[in-house]
Amino acid sequence: MTTTQGSEQPPGPRPDDRRHVVVVGGGMVAQRFVEALRSRDDAGAWRVSVFAEEPRTPYDRVGLTRYFEVRDAEELTLGDPALWDDPLVELHRDCAITAIDRGARTVTDRLGRVHPYDELVLATGSSAAVPPIPGHDLPGVFVYRTIDDVAALRGWVEAKRETGRVTTRGGVVERPVRGAVVGGGLLGLEAAGALKALGAQATVIEFGSHLMGVQIDLGGGHALKRLINDKGIAVRAETATKELRPHRRTGHVGRMDFADGGRLDVDVVVLATGVRPRDELARAAGLEVGERGGTVVDLTCRTADPHVWAIGEVACIEGRCLGLVAPGNTMAEVVVDRLLGGGATFPGADTATRLKLSGVDVASFGDAHGRTSGAVEIVWADPVAGVYKKLVMADDARTLLGGVFVGDAAPYASLRPMLGAELPGDPSAFLLPEGGGAPALELPDDATVCSCNNVSAGTIRGAVDEHGCTDVAGVKACTRAGTTCGACLPLVTKLTRTELTKAGVEVSNALCEHFSLSRAQLFDAVRVADLHTFSEIIERFGTGRGCDVCKPVVASILASLGNGHILAGEQAALQDTNDHMLANMQKDGTYSVVPRMPGGEVTPEGLIVVGQVAKDFGLYTKITGGQRIDMFGARVEQLPQIWERLVAAGFESGHAYGKSLRTVKSCVGSTWCRFGVQDSVGMAVRLELRYRGLRSPHKLKLGVSGCARECAEARGKDVGVIATDKGWNVYVGGNGGQTPRHARLLAEDLDDATLLRTIDRFLMYYVRTADRLQRTAPWLDDVSGGLEGVRAVVMDDSLGIGADLDAAMAAHVDGYEDEWKAVLSDPDKLARFGSFVNAPTTPDPALAYVPERGQKRPATPDEVAGGLADPVLVSGPILEVRA
Amino acid sequence: MTTLAPLPADPSVDGPGWTAVCPLDALAPERGAAALVTASDGEELQVAIFRLVDGTVHAVQQLDPYSGANVMSRGIVGTRRGTPTVAAPVYKQVFELATGRCLDAAGKEPRDGLAADLAAFPVVVTGGVVHVGLG
Ligand SMILES: Cc1cc2nc3c(=O)[nH]c(=O)nc-3n(C[C@H](O)[C@H](O)[C@H](O)COP(=O)(O)OP(=O)(O)OC[C@H]3O[C@@H](n4cnc5c(N)ncnc54)[C@H](O)[C@@H]3O)c2cc1C
Ligand code: SF4
Repeated sequence: MTTTQGSEQPPGPRPDDRRHVVVVGGGMVAQRFVEALRSRDDAGAWRVSVFAEEPRTPYDRVGLTRYFEVRDAEELTLGDPALWDDPLVELHRDCAITAIDRGARTVTDRLGRVHPYDELVLATGSSAAVPPIPGHDLPGVFVYRTIDDVAALRGWVEAKRETGRVTTRGGVVERPVRGAVVGGGLLGLEAAGALKALGAQATVIEFGSHLMGVQIDLGGGHALKRLINDKGIAVRAETATKELRPHRRTGHVGRMDFADGGRLDVDVVVLATGVRPRDELARAAGLEVGERGGTVVDLTCRTADPHVWAIGEVACIEGRCLGLVAPGNTMAEVVVDRLLGGGATFPGADTATRLKLSGVDVASFGDAHGRTSGAVEIVWADPVAGVYKKLVMADDARTLLGGVFVGDAAPYASLRPMLGAELPGDPSAFLLPEGGGAPALELPDDATVCSCNNVSAGTIRGAVDEHGCTDVAGVKACTRAGTTCGACLPLVTKLTRTELTKAGVEVSNALCEHFSLSRAQLFDAVRVADLHTFSEIIERFGTGRGCDVCKPVVASILASLGNGHILAGEQAALQDTNDHMLANMQKDGTYSVVPRMPGGEVTPEGLIVVGQVAKDFGLYTKITGGQRIDMFGARVEQLPQIWERLVAAGFESGHAYGKSLRTVKSCVGSTWCRFGVQDSVGMAVRLELRYRGLRSPHKLKLGVSGCARECAEARGKDVGVIATDKGWNVYVGGNGGQTPRHARLLAEDLDDATLLRTIDRFLMYYVRTADRLQRTAPWLDDVSGGLEGVRAVVMDDSLGIGADLDAAMAAHVDGYEDEWKAVLSDPDKLARFGSFVNAPTTPDPALAYVPERGQKRPATPDEVAGGLADPVLVSGPILEVRA
Repeated sequence: MTTLAPLPADPSVDGPGWTAVCPLDALAPERGAAALVTASDGEELQVAIFRLVDGTVHAVQQLDPYSGANVMSRGIVGTRRGTPTVAAPVYKQVFELATGRCLDAAGKEPRDGLAADLAAFPVVVTGGVVHVGLG
């Protein structure tokens, strides 16, 4: 497939005068190269053609393991996809380069087409190394490098799981899929985690003395092994794999034989023993390669040929290849700078690493093994908690040389940038739990904060001071910090805040002029002070009489804390018009009415009632995206009459008007669908009845799908539940709308009870701590610890508030009453639904409608002026619409 | 048109230009109500009436100039720097209750032919009855 340039005439020199740079390889570093070139080459002096062997746009290989969670290659796309529409950029996908002719300055692609270049950049990365073990090519043996690799691995494990299922007289017996990973490095552990995520067993086979031997020392290795075992992953260290043997019947990989005589039965094997630079093109073109492979370049990333450069994993720089993305990105920036006439050189590599395996916190940086002469090691270990932390200091015991963190990598983010600098105070203070009163670190300007994108503390400060960024989102967009792996985000946030405060910008999370507290702070204050009315709350914590910002917030907080009907007493005056009328105001001042249809389920009788009501009151009807029916054009004074009829037929408020649970969308699930593995409608109904009426910082939507095909689009919801063979997976933080987000996996294979408790806690935690109008997705970005932090709170009760959250949700469930039913039985509340205080049943005389497609719609001003519209003339419930 | 029971007359507001609208008790504090009144030229007019916590009552036009809908009575009442205000329920413009002046247009323009500020009407409460002066 080829993406060719658009017809638009780009700025700068005429096409023929432009110079042409060809990039071989469409991986992470190639993407960075193109992005940097296009953002810096203002004059449009260069056009760039990228030849990618893989059939997709460059993606986030670092996040490859996320593919098992997102199951969507699009989600891994790197950077702004619009880059590839730039008229000066051409991307040729599925188009490997097979030869370079340096003399003619051309490359040849796999279809035999010849492309000339002015400058050539090799960014071919590496391939997974396949050790020469007999049987390495058996079906069922995989490597772990590309999206295609992981997709194939997933398909294999799923197929094996199917065949492992045996029906006996006693029922269905499932034999677990047995997986093994050869190699106990970063990649191997990620692969083992992926096997677990796919529901397979996993054993890691490591040749060396301990896991992650490159990054961490033996002490850390021991602590790590315990953590890995706790995840249900077995580890065999000091074990050489001798042979992979086929299964007698299937011919698939079936057994591993080890040099020590041991054996392991397997259904799938992942080889993660290292990578080989893809230097074959350069080699064939007569360019020098390193002792252990890689295209040799100097510090400007240039090969011996002045027109050929190499960047990323394929480059052999300072005598070695670097298997991390950060130095590769730096090389990309160096070459861009050189092409634009600059003098940049490669500053040396930052090899800090952090394992991305959920629940296992491991990080190391600098001289982790203490190899510098005279280095002093300070170790803090807590074998019970599975924590091992070590700092390597220079012989002055002050200068930081490196560190290893296992089980608690909290200090990593702030210490890593201090590499080579003097730590204030006693270094051991930094290793104690919670920082143990360690002094606050003031990072030097040149300290790297975001290693993926090579952003220094000084650059972040500059974004605030010089470029006028006023929040973290702005700083991210401006500097790219925190946009790749996200590990540095807490630090970026802190730096940004500190800098803003210094600049005199008040970092205010005040609600409005009446409350200097944020919503979360106010929520806590109201809860702890046990206040129940707006007057008490504003007197105690605010000033004035409130406004349209803080009043609905207080109303929502009071509702979440269970203060009775939202129209009771003083509370009524806090509600915005939707909550006050228990309906959604539309542009002409009438309202729409939505009865609840839990899980999108409705009986034929129910449908008839809804249809009849709509007909009798002349309402426009439409099916909503949340699987229910919306009736538009109801006037204030009609609302009680409409609801009288709906309540009598067994309907209740759908809360379409509230910042509260809206709907739980479901697919038809195992009751009807031939693919379904669980009763998704039943679960959706249960969830909707449980959380109906729950007031929250923003609207809440849930979804339940009956199998992985995900017909309910649950991952576009704040909470998405997807059935598995063993129970339910729950995803959180999704939404549609202007900034669509896919929900992220929170927990897997839960039984019904655990699922409910998990969602209970997740929702309550969100309700209590989110900002005003903050949906779950941005909340997850902001909340302490992000998704991991929330998982710890919800699944492991890390804050010890689990019982409290459970009790709060139980109180909500017990206290639920239908808001409309309560209004109908209370004359005081009913009295609010008059159109005019001196003529409560007279319709607004200004309303006017015209027919359209068999229903009515509000007339436009022109239609009203032209006398084309029907005003509302009748005062009874029936409005006839001209057909 | 349905009307409430006749309201007791008050001499000071018993004249052309004044309309008795409702008992003060019919108004919930900080929650507006709409009223249908007839101006001296015979034209029917919708007004939005607001009772504050201190008992003061304000009246402004019910027509929201930014949406063109008759909804001002359904906005949230509050204060801006101590001045009582109402926020339009559709696009959230903020108006000063005493004068009708628009304090915050929320980045919008009023609909064609409509003024940015609201008309404000004098209000007198006597004998527990709210009277609006339509001039
Ligand atoms: C599972 C996994 C986890 C990782 N985790 C981390 C991590 O946490 N931190 C970290 O820093 N790094 C990590 N890495 C390493 C990181 O992904 C690489 O360092 C980075 O992708 C290197 O970028 P690159 O552009 O040099 O190579 P690649 O991203 O490999 O891209 C090279 C591309 O060139 C293509 N190509 C090769 N030859 C040709 C040809 N002749 N013609 C056309 N195209 C060609 C290849 O198909 C490939 O798409 C991880 C890698 C994996 C696999
Ligand atoms: S998600 Fe699965 S169970 Fe639900 S409708 Fe789709 S295929 Fe059927």
